[in-house]
Amino acid sequence: MNSEQPGEQPGKPIGRRVLLGTLGLGALGVVAAPTLQRGLEAFLGSAADKDPTGLTGLLPNGGGFRYYSVTSSVPHKDAQNYQLKIDGLVSRPRTYTLADLRALPQTRLVKDVQCVTGWRVPDTPFEGVRLSALLDAAGVTAKAGAVRFSCFDGAYTESLTLEQARRPDVLVALRMQDKDIGHSHGGPVRLYVAPMYFYKSAKWLSGITVTEDVEPGYWEDRGYDVDAWVGKSNGRDDEPTS
Amino acid sequence: MNLRVDAPPRAQIRRFGRSQKWVHRTTAALMGVCVATAACLYIPQFAELVGRRELVVRVHEWAGLALPVPVLLGLASRAFRADLGFLNRFGPHDRVWLRAALHRDKRRASRPAGKFNAGQKVYAAWIAGATLVMLGTGLLMWFTHLTPIQWRTSATFVHDWLALTIGIVLAGHIGMALGDPEARRGLRTGEVSQEWAEREHPLWRP
Repeated sequence: MNSEQPGEQPGKPIGRRVLLGTLGLGALGVVAAPTLQRGLEAFLGSAADKDPTGLTGLLPNGGGFRYYSVTSSVPHKDAQNYQLKIDGLVSRPRTYTLADLRALPQTRLVKDVQCVTGWRVPDTPFEGVRLSALLDAAGVTAKAGAVRFSCFDGAYTESLTLEQARRPDVLVALRMQDKDIGHSHGGPVRLYVAPMYFYKSAKWLSGITVTEDVEPGYWEDRGYDVDAWVGKSNGRDDEPTS
Repeated sequence: MNLRVDAPPRAQIRRFGRSQKWVHRTTAALMGVCVATAACLYIPQFAELVGRRELVVRVHEWAGLALPVPVLLGLASRAFRADLGFLNRFGPHDRVWLRAALHRDKRRASRPAGKFNAGQKVYAAWIAGATLVMLGTGLLMWFTHLTPIQWRTSATFVHDWLALTIGIVLAGHIGMALGDPEARRGLRTGEVSQEWAEREHPLWRP
């Protein structure tokens, strides 16, 4: 670097030290993450409660739900055109309208929601019809062993074993956070599988098909666990939600 | 007769060669893709607008993986390596520059700089380190079945917060460039005016 000699003295390799220091801090961050995350979640969670701008929701672990869709656009459905079809290995296949579903006995559950990507929303009320009630009404045949869900986004699918589907904490949900479920949260009707990671709670539910065996759903074809118990699957150890 | 009075030709100085220009361009483009796809994965309004989560994730992953490649290829160029040398070495004048920056002292005399000023040097070193941290944590999130349980959550935590920090710093970097057309011309054409070089980088001897 002779060309710089008259003006700029070469000096110390501080650039390299800044680079290595940044790398070191990053590694330290990964090691200290569990502690830091707990502290930040507590702080941001309480800040988000008092934040009218909603900006804290954009911060990592800032609390609240995040919107995930696997398709580019999802049609909007409402009381006029929404339909839920129950078919497959049942003796009485049937299509429900939104009004039909609202007329059935409703169950309200208040539990945490845990996403497999890490975010958790505490004490979220869901309200709707027990899936077991719909299955009983349809008359599941003896050969049946699983339930497959399809969605009116045209792409998403999910599945449960019949035993899982009959749990009392699995709902065909019509309301969330004590409001009718809006489009961006999967409304007007979504699945709610309380004890499992939230990808099981398929949005925009439009079909329930009783099958012999479990057919892996959309994300499960892409590596997620089929039995998605919170805290006991997907290599995670979150506190169970139900 | 030609009555036109020729303006004295503005003296031009070569600041960057082809290698530096292309390393900067391709790195900037890849970083742009990373930031745009990150926004579509992360900010609910954009996520709702774009959807196609799996495709966006793939593009983000590959752009991130490719991000260090231009710099690595650039190492083949002597001129690029020389610039990395200037960015790496901090002389006494850089301490003066940084102190002035801390005190918001904008006088020319208190901001001595060689080919790169101390702020540019710190930025270059930090963004390089931060990119590597993003790459490492990103790989941990990508190949989830290769690493132990807790690593993925921890990597996600660092990846999210560092992404936010990089977004802010990058906005500062772009803001500075927007405020200095001659610096931008330097990276676009490779040349800057003598007058600009003497004003902004008085210790630079091209």
